[in-house]
Amino acid sequence: MQNPSKLNSKRNKIIKKKCSLYRVAIFLLVSNLLIIIQNPGIAKSSPNKPSFSKQNKTLTGSASFRQVTDGDVCYLLNRMSFGPRPGDLQALKAMGIGNYINQQLNPKTIPEAQIISSFVSSDTDLTATPEDLFIAYGPPAVKAAVGASATITPDDKKEAQKMVRKEENQLNKKFAQLHIMRAQYSPKQLQEVMTDFWFNHFNIYGDKGLDRMWVGLYEDTAIRPYALGKFRDLLGATCHHSAMLFYLDNWQNSTPPHGGPLADGQNGNAPRGRFSGLNENYARELMELHTLGVDGGYDQQDVIQLAKILTGLGLPPRGRRAQVANIDPVMGDYFDEKRHDFSDKILLGHPIKGSGEDEVEKALDLLASRPATAHHIAYELAQYFVADKPPASLVDKLTARFQHSSGDIKAVLTELFTSNEFWDPRYRFAKYKNPFRYAVSVMRATNAQPSSYDAIMGFLRQQGMPIYGCVTPDGYKNTKEAWLNSDTLLKRIGFAAGIASGRMRNVCPEPPDYTVVGTVFGATLSPNTVRVITKAPDKIKLALLLGSPEFMLY
Amino acid sequence: MYYLNRRQFLRSAYLVSLAGLLPSTNSWAYSNGNSDSSNNKLIVILLRGAVDGLSVVPPYADSLYYSLRPSIAVAKPGNNNGVLDLDGHFGMHPALEPLLPLWRSKGLAFVHASGSPDPTRSHFDAQDYMESGMPGVKMVSSGWLNRLVQEMPSNDSPVQALNLGAVLPRIFAGTGKVGSASRNLAENKLVLDRPIIADYFSQLYRDEGTDLGQAFAEGMSAHKTIENAMSEVENAPSTPTDVPNANSPNQSVSALVSEQKAASRGAPSPRNYGNFGNQLGKLMNHDPSIQIAFTDFGGWDTHVNQGNGNGQLANKLKPLATGLYELAYALGPLYSKTTIVVMSEFGRTVKENGNNGTDHGHGNVIWLMGGTIPGGKVYGRWSDLSPNNLYEGRDVPATTDFRDIICYILNNHLAVSKKSLANVFPDFTMSNRPLVIA
Repeated sequence: MQNPSKLNSKRNKIIKKKCSLYRVAIFLLVSNLLIIIQNPGIAKSSPNKPSFSKQNKTLTGSASFRQVTDGDVCYLLNRMSFGPRPGDLQALKAMGIGNYINQQLNPKTIPEAQIISSFVSSDTDLTATPEDLFIAYGPPAVKAAVGASATITPDDKKEAQKMVRKEENQLNKKFAQLHIMRAQYSPKQLQEVMTDFWFNHFNIYGDKGLDRMWVGLYEDTAIRPYALGKFRDLLGATCHHSAMLFYLDNWQNSTPPHGGPLADGQNGNAPRGRFSGLNENYARELMELHTLGVDGGYDQQDVIQLAKILTGLGLPPRGRRAQVANIDPVMGDYFDEKRHDFSDKILLGHPIKGSGEDEVEKALDLLASRPATAHHIAYELAQYFVADKPPASLVDKLTARFQHSSGDIKAVLTELFTSNEFWDPRYRFAKYKNPFRYAVSVMRATNAQPSSYDAIMGFLRQQGMPIYGCVTPDGYKNTKEAWLNSDTLLKRIGFAAGIASGRMRNVCPEPPDYTVVGTVFGATLSPNTVRVITKAPDKIKLALLLGSPEFMLY
Repeated sequence: MYYLNRRQFLRSAYLVSLAGLLPSTNSWAYSNGNSDSSNNKLIVILLRGAVDGLSVVPPYADSLYYSLRPSIAVAKPGNNNGVLDLDGHFGMHPALEPLLPLWRSKGLAFVHASGSPDPTRSHFDAQDYMESGMPGVKMVSSGWLNRLVQEMPSNDSPVQALNLGAVLPRIFAGTGKVGSASRNLAENKLVLDRPIIADYFSQLYRDEGTDLGQAFAEGMSAHKTIENAMSEVENAPSTPTDVPNANSPNQSVSALVSEQKAASRGAPSPRNYGNFGNQLGKLMNHDPSIQIAFTDFGGWDTHVNQGNGNGQLANKLKPLATGLYELAYALGPLYSKTTIVVMSEFGRTVKENGNNGTDHGHGNVIWLMGGTIPGGKVYGRWSDLSPNNLYEGRDVPATTDFRDIICYILNNHLAVSKKSLANVFPDFTMSNRPLVIA
């Protein structure tokens, strides 16, 4: 740790660039001042967790957290948001950690950012229903584009398909841009962080068929509104949304005709025609990924039973859309009793009478309330917010909280953010940012206001994390093991340098001064990094900050 | 040493294809895999989108092929844009003509009716299974090629395993070290090529005891290796070593060169796939530490207007074949130690659809090239295209598991032990006879 007198002697040794070094000295002093006063010693970590009121688990105000250091604030912001912007640390300190956490847990009390609202209202498709988009970009649109001529060649069809597909791609891109903008600009940062978490938990691949047009709606209507609510509500929303029913093939899941044998009992894929048999895909993932977890105590029989319960839950029948009632306007799903298996079922040892659509609700109630589900979600949250290998004590605490609160996500998060484990120095700045988090944190640290997001999306593709691009239902990971490799690390540094030099004109035409960006680190830069940046020529200091090992971590 | 313009060589090769001018397994000591395989190479090429195997290797002698594909079947041998006969029953798509010399010198083979046992017809699931090497199992975190990297003795090179492409593919996912080079040369340039940037960032990341420091150091090392090699590759002219000509030993390459130099004024052939053949072949020649390489190509999903001997599919097959030929050629003496495997996630429907195209099928053709494969044959457990022989009455079946073929190559050519094979492909046992004459 450098103290002022040491800095002065260094300055005297160097003849040229007095001015810039002086600025560096001030920058270091300012950013490290509180540490020197409060905690002489290692700048990087605070030995104590800020103390808080333990009487109840709700946070009642700034009095709830005492003896807060800059490092604490910086760390909290890094985990609860997509990265601090210049000024955020000071604002949080002034507000108080308790107040901040409280506010973020209640996003309805926070007004939305103007730039996001404007973007959303710039295109009505962004707030359309799945049905609207199906008509505008799906087979009806192709049909309309082909026209009604007597002789339609395959080439005509291909042309029409190409045109509609192009428009669909543009819509998909807009949704992807909105996704990035929300993470970047929204003051409801915790809601965005939790939307990111839940989207990956209930992942949908955005390049599969109808989901090309629906995935953005899915995030905005089935995930975000429930991200900080009750798990059971979130589960229900994802289960009913057309995008999920399409992605995991439940729209094809039907009872075999005439009560015949299962079309393909073990495998679950309908071999002849789409609606001629059971499709287990969604039932399996609903238990394995969305609720109980892979070791959550279900077997193949349960998969089949759940698949039977889910039969008929799918998409409105093509060609008869106008004639059927009960298509959900928001979710776009439709329950087809003709395709439903009305036999009585037994799921996880519990009998469920074959009554129809409400069997699904009963099944979801059952799955949401299982201890295995509580444990599964608790583990994932602990991994997401604390450590790649989360401490068992924390997982247990969160599991208990989940159960006692009947799956209240806010209650679980309150427990998490006030836990000893969350504040343990071992876990601070030890998580490796995945490419999305890295890109957004760079934009937030530089207050970038992109005029185009092409470069950002290109960067994410190059890093292996295209928006909505996770092919498998388990979603993008948030662990170091999944993302750290030498090639992509060097390319991140290239990205950082591109931003810092102003070369990425559409993202950050006038990069801020490095001292401004430097403030987002609080006092968490290592002595080595401080030394290297001090020595470096001015014009690369910002690149070094944004590409530093510290900025790869959070 | 003969300096030969690449394009001119191609023309001359077409003219003298019968002469088998290419590196031939007859020319070098034919390796049955038991001689020194410690530095044998494997190149895997994945065609994403399900290329139509029945067009790549049409069973032209089966009348059902023509009755089921009235507009997209490739014409019989001898016709305009007709198949190139291979063995009296099967032929090769005419666009693959550049590969004919390889076939004739027994350095090319096809395994028909091969693929994955999993029934999925979803592109992304099927590709996922072909890359993870565990069909039917979702969410395997590593790819089989990476598990192979982990099983092979390390030669300490950052490019012992090389991905030629912009993004690290699923097949290479895992803890084994993989170097990356983009086919697009410009993408290989890094800001870290600038000495000041490299210097300061190296200081930031100097602690190689940390994961980040280690990754940085490995990345810089791999990058330097690739940069050096790529710039040499692009700057050096084609330098064939003196290739013994099996059929006309007296015809020297230089004579061909002058002949063709006079005749040709040709524009470069369309290179939809960039220069991958030359790039990869020369890269591997330049740096013999490269042992496992991978690249992929998309755009094969011909649902509409597939075309037959010419048309949409033909236009994509042509530059691929050219690239593969160039790869074989550019590998030079390494060709005899290299096996190239070309695969696709599944094949396409036997019967053409209502849009003069084909839909997702099941079994496909796996292409094998190289110095140690038993080439000049079409393999596969094949009967014919009658409906009761087809998978679900509609597709070519996958009677040979793709893993069987790969295990055969790994075991025979790369000397990978059975025990290691079990780590590369868990839950799979190599059969006794993976390659059966079709």
